[in-house]
Amino acid sequence: MIKKFKDFFFGFFAGLKKKKHIKLGIYGPPNGGKTTLANRICQDWLGEAMGTASSMPHETREIQQKEKVIVESNGKKLSFNLIDTPGIATKIDYEDFIKKGMKKKEAQDRAKEATKGVIEAVKWLDNMDAVLVVLDATKNPYDQVNITIIGNLAARNIPVLILGNKTDLKKANIKKIEAAFPQYKVLGISAEFGDNIEDFYKELFKLVK
Amino acid sequence: MPLTFQYMPYEEFSGLDSDKKIQKLLKVVRQNRVILMEGTLNTKEESDLIQETMSIIDSKFKGIEISSFNPLEKGSSKSTEDRIRRLFSAFIYGRKRGLTIIGPANIVKEMRKDPRSIQLFLSNRRG
Repeated sequence: MIKKFKDFFFGFFAGLKKKKHIKLGIYGPPNGGKTTLANRICQDWLGEAMGTASSMPHETREIQQKEKVIVESNGKKLSFNLIDTPGIATKIDYEDFIKKGMKKKEAQDRAKEATKGVIEAVKWLDNMDAVLVVLDATKNPYDQVNITIIGNLAARNIPVLILGNKTDLKKANIKKIEAAFPQYKVLGISAEFGDNIEDFYKELFKLVK
Repeated sequence: MPLTFQYMPYEEFSGLDSDKKIQKLLKVVRQNRVILMEGTLNTKEESDLIQETMSIIDSKFKGIEISSFNPLEKGSSKSTEDRIRRLFSAFIYGRKRGLTIIGPANIVKEMRKDPRSIQLFLSNRRG
């Protein structure tokens, strides 16, 4: 009886604790702006960056985590464990890195790390409470990688918010993303310049409510 | 060098488990052929295919390009009539409907898909 009470008591509080820190994953194809968004969120609420963002594909090759990121919106607070993931891709060619100025060995090592990063990112899908899918709004949203990521999240019943990033660029087309994924909320943002970030935080609260 | 498209009917996969299905697809792709597969993979198989592809990438095999048309996908229409039709179709046909194209990345540089068409952009340096 005492054991049952203990289990209930600690289970109840463990549940609360679990909910206190929502595991928020940032997913998407390479170069969509995942790390730029993670940095924006961390700068806004922690005053420090999370990782290095660059125009070089597969800059993030390992899972990056920031714990206890407290976000406030409309007088409410939520605590997130923010998880920035390597870009998911179906191909990685070390010669692409050479074209960007790397030496052969360095490029091959980077490609190897990038393949491991993709595998890790897919494995981590199971760990998420909610996911932000960051797409480059200037690119075609019908890419199979996007469909695979979103389909896998749907199959796991993980809440998803799709962010069409880079709205500061002329070619950005949020309507096309909305047409590709009509059953999801799609929000246009510029993680780099902070456009629409307040709306993003409001949507984030709706996502995890 | 000619480009070979290999048609793979649904029946070729229907008795296979996911692992064997993925191994079979990758075996054909690594022979520098573009697969035209009847039907579609499920979401788990798609993510498994990505993981398996990543694990075998080396200096010769650069990965894959993949695209599929799945008439059962939610999306194009939100009408109740369409939803019922989709559910009925899913019940009858499972994943047999639709088409999946998979090509080796050293040959197929890019697949550009919109709701009604897929364009294949081929690499200049094939093989």
